[in-house]
Amino acid sequence: MSLVLLIFLPIIAAFFIPLLYKKLGQIHTGWFVLLLPAALFIYYSTLLPSIADGGSRISELQWIPSLDIAFIAYIDGLSLLFSLLITGIGALVVLYSIFYLDKHREQLHNFYVYLLMFMTAMLGVVQSDHLISLYLFWELTSISSFLLIGYWYTRDRSRFGALKSMMITVFGGLMMLGGFVLLGIMGGTYSIRELIAQAPELAGHDFFVWALILILLGAFTKSAQFPFYIWLPDAMEAPTPVSAYLHSATMVKAGLYLVARFTPIFAVSSTWVWLVTGIGLFTMVWASFWALKQKDLKGILAYSTVSQLGLIMSLLGASAAAFHVEDVIGTYFVYAGFAAIFHLINHAVFKGSLFMVAGIIDHETGTRDIRKLGGLMSLMPISFTIAMIGAFSMAGLPPFGGFLSKEMFLTAMVTLTDFNLFQFDTWGILFPVIAWIGSVFTFIYSFYFVFHTFAGKHKPEELPKKAHEAPIGMLLSPAFLAILVLIIFIIPNVVGDWLVKPAVAAIQPFIYSSPQEVPVNVGYWHGANTEFFMTLGIFAVGFLMFWTLRKWQKSYDLYPDGLTLNRLYDNLMFLSDAGANRFSRLYMTGFMRSYLVYMFSFVVIIVLGTFVLNDAFAIDMNNLAPVGLYEIVIMLVLVGSTLTILFSKSRLTAIIALGAVGYTVALFFVIFRAPDLALTQLVIETISVALFLLAFYYLPQISRKEERMRFRLGNAVIALGVGVTMTLVALAAHSGKAIPSISEFYKETVYTEAGGGNIVNVILVDYRGFDTLFEIAVLGIAGIGIITLIKLRLTKKEGQHENK
Amino acid sequence: MEIIMSVVIGFLFMAAVYLMLSKSLIRIIIGTGLLSHGAHLLLLTMGGLGGSAPPVVAEGVAVSDYADPLPQALILTAIVISFAVTSFFLVVAYRAYQELGTDNMELLKGTEDHE
Repeated sequence: MSLVLLIFLPIIAAFFIPLLYKKLGQIHTGWFVLLLPAALFIYYSTLLPSIADGGSRISELQWIPSLDIAFIAYIDGLSLLFSLLITGIGALVVLYSIFYLDKHREQLHNFYVYLLMFMTAMLGVVQSDHLISLYLFWELTSISSFLLIGYWYTRDRSRFGALKSMMITVFGGLMMLGGFVLLGIMGGTYSIRELIAQAPELAGHDFFVWALILILLGAFTKSAQFPFYIWLPDAMEAPTPVSAYLHSATMVKAGLYLVARFTPIFAVSSTWVWLVTGIGLFTMVWASFWALKQKDLKGILAYSTVSQLGLIMSLLGASAAAFHVEDVIGTYFVYAGFAAIFHLINHAVFKGSLFMVAGIIDHETGTRDIRKLGGLMSLMPISFTIAMIGAFSMAGLPPFGGFLSKEMFLTAMVTLTDFNLFQFDTWGILFPVIAWIGSVFTFIYSFYFVFHTFAGKHKPEELPKKAHEAPIGMLLSPAFLAILVLIIFIIPNVVGDWLVKPAVAAIQPFIYSSPQEVPVNVGYWHGANTEFFMTLGIFAVGFLMFWTLRKWQKSYDLYPDGLTLNRLYDNLMFLSDAGANRFSRLYMTGFMRSYLVYMFSFVVIIVLGTFVLNDAFAIDMNNLAPVGLYEIVIMLVLVGSTLTILFSKSRLTAIIALGAVGYTVALFFVIFRAPDLALTQLVIETISVALFLLAFYYLPQISRKEERMRFRLGNAVIALGVGVTMTLVALAAHSGKAIPSISEFYKETVYTEAGGGNIVNVILVDYRGFDTLFEIAVLGIAGIGIITLIKLRLTKKEGQHENK
Repeated sequence: MEIIMSVVIGFLFMAAVYLMLSKSLIRIIIGTGLLSHGAHLLLLTMGGLGGSAPPVVAEGVAVSDYADPLPQALILTAIVISFAVTSFFLVVAYRAYQELGTDNMELLKGTEDHE
């Protein structure tokens, strides 16, 4: 089956959703949608054996062959892992949403169309081998995320959050596109595999660091790294299934995917190692620290997601550092890559279940404010169990999956102190310290999330609804994920062999040529080493600090509001808005004169500029028609009438002078042997003057306060410029003929081909018949316009402005 | 002749543009009228003012002696369209004056909240 087609399957299915929603409204639309990710998940699972052996699948669909742009679906260990996450978590989220979103009150068709659109986009991101199609899918994830965050579009916060996420992620996407183009220029290809193959040559290129930074900007904005993470907490306005799916399990991991995918190209650079590891670790500690300030359940989870993404990011950085270590197999440097992927899986599983529990609490109690919650343990025992499993896994407690990857994370960070390149020997000691602090806060907020919701005193009077356990259908998905957390702990090496190692082999092809070579075996007990004591310290300090949380939590309020990144974003948005507005007003004055001035000036500049550039000034002194007495006289009359228009006080005089100009033009037509023109001009000019006088008659008040036009230098300069330009155009046009005129053809064939004698008439009605038809159409439109203006009288209505 | 005509055309355009930049609506319309006259003469001059016979097939006239028919065809179309546009402008001016009581372009600017 064509893999490219599978990517597009969800978005194709989306076309049928509105129909199903309309025709079969009594069945929740989610049931139909559920089939799709479930089927895709099963299909992708069948690829597992061959991929785990180190194989890969590829399929190609040409899109714009002339530009060498194609959809190439390339599945290796890394792509397959992400595809399984997207479809697997996707299926569970759809199942959950069936019970979360009411089929009578919600716009289900919108929701599922966006969700399927996202699925296609995300599968495209992780499977595309072509950089340009990867970019397109990347932006499509931003757009579908925007639509899903703004799903409840009547709420101000939803629209604000949607816009914020869009602004930040699309900014990053554009930067990333720049990086891709640079890579394309450097390597001469847009295929990621071909670029990886020539990675050593790319490293010396001038653009290398630029491409690196631009691509990292894309990854950091998408994966909510410091300082771009601010969009993620605001994205929590989305319905909870969306938060669980996009904003914790899949979309925000696209940045991680990007970093992992490009590690083989950029690992050689110290900038890469420093930025990815440093920003990742700082994000981890920063976000885990601020998670404890949050009062909203989903807010806590959002900050926790940011923090966990930072953790995985730092591990990816450390896995790039392994590139620089000689004889890396046998050292602890091999753990970083494995831990990154392993924790990525763990995070998707436990964070998915935690989000779903947060959704359940919101659904069944009517609030997500942790200050109003408490004591739900006995009322919602199943939810409590699930939340506890998820949170303990997040805190890194055994016997849950998170414990294993957390240990490996600490190992990888401790190992970095042994890294002696790029000044890591001086700064390296900071890594385990920061990691440890971040882990302590992670421990605290995990406990904060569970115990401030489920333990303590129940406050039924503060809850909008009477709390009770969720329906079984809603519990299915989170329970399944919670069981998965346990299973991962029990059989970590099976997960490792089937999912993690193939992905690691794709990230670090410079170390391993097949997944079997990854020398990591996950164990529960590594002896009493540094990591072990670090873990004990985390548990002890974390527990103490959680116990005293209420005493020191208030100190968060001491931080000034004006210094937050959110405030910076708001100000930037406001400034760009106001600035753009002010700039537009600078030239959009509302006076027609200004606009005419712009137009005329540009005509002069462009035409004269072209003249200068092409050296087109020309006066042909030969081939001139003789100058006769009549011509001179008529010309003097014409100039005189024009001057009369300019200097007359009375508008009546001006109108009559305009008529005089028209008649002299008609006389010119007579002299230059254009009888048809002369006749037409005479008729039209007569009618025009009559019309002018008629209009003049109906505007009596104006005519009385007549005055001469005052001289204005600015206008005169522009007018003179246009006049000179037109004279030059006329001279040049007469002097040089670039190509022979088609007139000769008309003259020769007019009788034989068209059977007419009057060449001008034949051109109009025969050779260029359609032109004349459209000319008549213009006349007709003008006529209709005139009648409408005169006859149509709309009654004035007050207060019709909707946007007041 | 063509050189003198070129200067006259430039003069017509200059006068037209100067009028169009003025404040009074009726002068702007007069300006567009002048502009079309200038454009017609420009077309005619571009093709060359030579030719000793009108472009109507007649016995005993060589093909090269006819005046260029192409600019004439273009101008004929242009005359009609400029008439249509002028009359439309006039009616717009008339209606604008009826509704708003002024023909001063500076007063027809619109207000801030009327965008």
